[in-house]
Formats: sequence, structure tokens, C-alpha cells
Amino acid sequence: MSKSNTILYLSGVSVSFDGFRAINNLSLVLDKGEMRAIIGPNGAGKTTMMDIVTGKTRPDEGEVFFDGQVDLTRHDEAEIAMMGIGRKFQKPTVFESHSVENNLMLALKGPRSIFPALFHRRSAAEARRIDDILGVIRLGDRRGDLAASLSHGQKQWLEIGMLLAQDPKLLLVDEPVAGMTDAETEETARLLRDIARDHSVIVVEHDMHFVRELGVKVTCLHEGSVLSEGTLDFVSADERVVEVYLGR
Amino acid sequence: MITGRFFAAGSDRHIAITIFILLVAAVIVPLLNLAVSPASAFYIPPYIVALTGKYLCYALLALSLDLVWGYCGILSLGHGAFFALGGYAMGMYLMRQIGSRGVYGNPVLPDFMVFLNYKELPWFWHGFDHFWFAGLMVLAVPGLLAFIFGWFAFRSRVTGVYLSIITQAMTYALLLAFFRNDMGFGGNNGLTDFKDILGFNVQADATRSALFAASAVMLALAVFVTWAIVGSKYGKLLMAVRDAESRTRFLGWRAENVKLFAFTVSAVMAGIAGALYVPQVGIINPGEFEPSNSIEVVIWAAVGGRGTIVGPIIGALLVNAGKSWFTGVLPELWLFALGGLFVAVTLLLPKGIVGTWDGWRGNARAPRVAPVAKEAGTGRGVVSATSKPARSPARNPGEWSWSDPEPQAAE
Repeated sequence: MSKSNTILYLSGVSVSFDGFRAINNLSLVLDKGEMRAIIGPNGAGKTTMMDIVTGKTRPDEGEVFFDGQVDLTRHDEAEIAMMGIGRKFQKPTVFESHSVENNLMLALKGPRSIFPALFHRRSAAEARRIDDILGVIRLGDRRGDLAASLSHGQKQWLEIGMLLAQDPKLLLVDEPVAGMTDAETEETARLLRDIARDHSVIVVEHDMHFVRELGVKVTCLHEGSVLSEGTLDFVSADERVVEVYLGR
Repeated sequence: MITGRFFAAGSDRHIAITIFILLVAAVIVPLLNLAVSPASAFYIPPYIVALTGKYLCYALLALSLDLVWGYCGILSLGHGAFFALGGYAMGMYLMRQIGSRGVYGNPVLPDFMVFLNYKELPWFWHGFDHFWFAGLMVLAVPGLLAFIFGWFAFRSRVTGVYLSIITQAMTYALLLAFFRNDMGFGGNNGLTDFKDILGFNVQADATRSALFAASAVMLALAVFVTWAIVGSKYGKLLMAVRDAESRTRFLGWRAENVKLFAFTVSAVMAGIAGALYVPQVGIINPGEFEPSNSIEVVIWAAVGGRGTIVGPIIGALLVNAGKSWFTGVLPELWLFALGGLFVAVTLLLPKGIVGTWDGWRGNARAPRVAPVAKEAGTGRGVVSATSKPARSPARNPGEWSWSDPEPQAAE
């Protein structure tokens, strides 16, 4: 399989924790500009896969390439983030004691060393970028409020906004609609479709209704490897997928 | 930018007030000691000057701990070590100033070295006859130790209670090392019998007043530096690392470097505090490395309010004033009182005196301030704000000041 024109290329990846094979010979390819939904029952290895891509976990074997040529297994979290992979955690993780605006300010693309940060002054371009992102994630009226005071759904959006501020090439979004109301879920689907216009995105989600709204290719993971791949209708009609989900 | 923010009204104002009070004290206290007749009601006796000067050094130590504990969540139980190292660097200078006035009259070797049959000055004592060199070492030795220690600890991602334990082990190891006679630092007795500092008699009232003033000015400077650090983008990052370290990593920040910088700056501040402390108390010995000393610093910061700049200063002054009084009245009960105080503060005032006060005032003032703040805050985002109905209004406008600075796990 050719790596060119892929944003993410995983081949034969395995990792075990204390003898438990969390990822088992997983191969997954994401084209540039593609949005992909990943589904699978609990323990299928979805979050572990994200850990491997973002450098939190090193695979025991297999290849992980970003943008066709960068070997991700040789880099750590901060380097991978700087290359352009943004990650949203399963549990919304924002800086609770900072305002919404400052959360975005800390995420904005730019130098990541101590001394520039010590003498940093916000430029007009940065202020504009923050305004844009606040508009996209619809938190313009909460910009001065502490992130801690946001609702669960708003925290999810703020975290997605922080990813956007990073200006990544690839976004890994882990369960963005967990704990959201139906209206919020719909809004999030719209937001992600917007983002997917100029970014590559991987969304991990349990909510089938939400996955249907995204309207993208679906990969179903089971026991650490790909069980089925295709449109949602194709995947949900797959005998093996039904078996895994219903536990027959 | 910094000066603009400095003179602005609001939450930064009590920083300005603190600095102002310290600078005024630096002038007034020596004046009332030196220029006022001892019969006057305004006269400040020399022992009070020395005592409060010592408290100011403790306050600086507490502030340095707060920079890493309150703002970055690194609970160091070894800050006493940096304080003591700064103190030893100053003590070595003061020993060299004694010259031939020691008991044994040796012009080069301090008394304890003659007593222990040293033939010549150990290499690491060279240069300490110059004040500038000693001053440099006051900054460099604690700073370098913190840098090397932090480099390994933060790179290996040692956090939480494990980090606290190894900082405690560090100060304990130094305690044992400095107790040894062949370390060349006076062993058990430490360094004492100081005569001059910069040519002035350390016992003289004028020198004591000058040391008091130096401590007050240095504390004011440290307040300003801490405030500038905490208010910068780096300072926000520091708190972000405290609240959600893995989030900062996945945003591309190197959390270990963020911590390392704060830890090193903090150690240098602690070293300065120790250097100012030693000439005022007249002795430095390995007892300063006692782990219990470092733990006491944590109590000062907790009582005053961690995560605030003024809090640790108030905490250090209050607890030490209490200690001076209490150990005079009921000396054997002091440790129980200190322990009880820590338990009481943890249970009743988890944000400390200043944190609780700010929270209380924030709540009382919030109803008046909130509408203005809201208008000002949404100035730029007003288009997106009005085009959509507000999703959920703030539950309580004063909430920001109550928000819990407790660290939270990222995942």
C-alpha cells in the first residue's frame, strides 16, 4: 500500500499491556482531507489507537506514519502536537481556572518555548484568530468567563476550539458528543463537518445517530483490529459487526 | 505594558499596595530605630528590627514556595534546602570576613578549620572573601541544584506525592552531608561568630536596620517579579500545567520545561531569602536543612493562601509572630498548635486567609461589578453573541473568584 497522499498510515500495529493485546495487528489508512468515524464496543482499542498516534503510547510493533513520511513512533507528545496532530480527550479537558479566551490563547499556534511566553504580548492577528474561533465554536458571549463555569457540552466545544487554534492538519476527536443533549449533538455534527472541509479528522464515537449525521466512511474496531470498514449502512449490515455489538 | 497593568485598579491593586507597604517599612522601621530616642513611644527596639527582618526572609521563602506549589501544583517539601544553601553561601562570606580576629587568629582559615587541623583552605572556599562572588553563589548554587534536580525529576514525569517525597529526601541528604565535619562547612556547629558584612559590624544597630531594609526591598522586588511572571502568558501556562498537564502536552507545550523554569526561579528566590536571613540571626547550621523546616514553609503558604501572591507573605508573618509569642508562653505545646493550625486551615479555610477573603469580597461585590464586566468582556464578540441567544447564562456572576484551583486529573 502506498503511503503517499495519506495523512495517517498505520500498518501491522500491535501493543500489549501486561499481556493484554489492546491493539492487534491494526492497519488503518486515512487520506488527506478525509473525515473518518471509528466505532466499536468498549475495549476495542479506540483510545489506545489515539494514544499511539499522539505519542503517549509506543507500539510494540508496526508502522505509524503521518503525512506520508514522518515516523510517529520516534516522537513524543509535544513534538507530534507541533507537527500538526490535535487531540480531544474523551473527558473534556480544558484549563478550568482560565477564561475561555485564555484557553484559546494558550492553544494558538506559535512558538512553544518559555522565554517568548514570558514576554508575550497578544498581537492583533492573534486577537482576530481568537475571535474567529469563538465564532466557530459559538462561545463568543462567554469569552471572559472561566472555563470551569461552562456546561459539559460547551467544554467539549471549547476543547475542539483549542484544537482549531493549534491549526493542526489532523484532528483526533474522542467521543465529542458524550453527555450532550440532542440539540448539542446536532450542532457538534455540523461543527465537525465544517472543520472537515479543510482538515483531516478522525472521530471516535459510540452514538450511531451522530455517526449517521456525519455521513462519512466508518471503521469498526474489535479486539484491537479492524472488523469492518465502509459506509455506515454497509458496516451496520455486516454480520460480524452485528454479532460483536449484540454479543451473540 | 507591565507598568500599565501595575497601576491599574482592581485585583492587581493589592500587589501595588503590598509593594508600597514593604518599601515604606524599609524606610520607616530603620528611621524609628535609629533616629528616634529610646524613650519615645515610637522607638522600635533593635530586637524587634532583627525579629521582623527574619520574618521578612521567611515571607520571601514562603512566596518562593508558592510560585511552584500554588501556581504549578508542585508541592516541594525541600525548599528549606535552597534557603539553607543560600544561607551557607552568605555564611562563608561572613566567615572569611572574620580574618585574624578569630579565636585562633588564623588570617585565612576560619576557626573550625584550624580546630579540625585543616592545612589549607578547601577549594570551594576560594572566592568567598569577595562579596560579589558570594552574592553570585547565593543565586547560582540553589538555582543549579534546582535545575539539575528538576531536570531529572520533571523529565521522568515524577509528579504529586512522589515528587514531594524526593524533594524531602534531597533536603534530608543535604542535612546528613552538612553534618559531617569533613564536608568543610563547620559540621554540626555550622558557621557563626560573624563580625563584619561589607565592612560594617553585623551586631550594630545601623547594620541590622540596613539588613531589615534590604530584606523588605528584596521581598518587594520578589512580589513584583512573581506578579509579572504569574500575569504573563507563561504564568497562565504554569497554571494550565497545574490544572491539566496532559492537555498542555497535547497542545505542544513541554510541561517539564514549564515546571523547570518555575522551580529554578523559585529556588533562587529561596536562596536569596536564606542569604538575607543568616547575617540577621548570626548563624547557619545544618539544622536549617531539617525536613520539618520545609514542611513549616508549606504551612505558612497554606495558612496565608496558596495561589495568591500576598497570601504566603501574610501566612509567614502571622504564623511566625504566633510562634514567637506561643513559644514564649507555652513552649512545649507549640508543635501541637502548629499541627492543629494546619488541620484547621485545611478543613475550614482551604484557600487560606487571603483566598477566603478574596472569595468573600468577590461575592459581595459581584452583583454590582458583573454587568459592567459582561459588557466589556463581550465587546469584540458582540456580533456572534447577539446573533444567537445566549445558551446558558452564568449561574453566579461571582463564581470566578470561588472557582476551585484544585488540580484535576486530565484523563
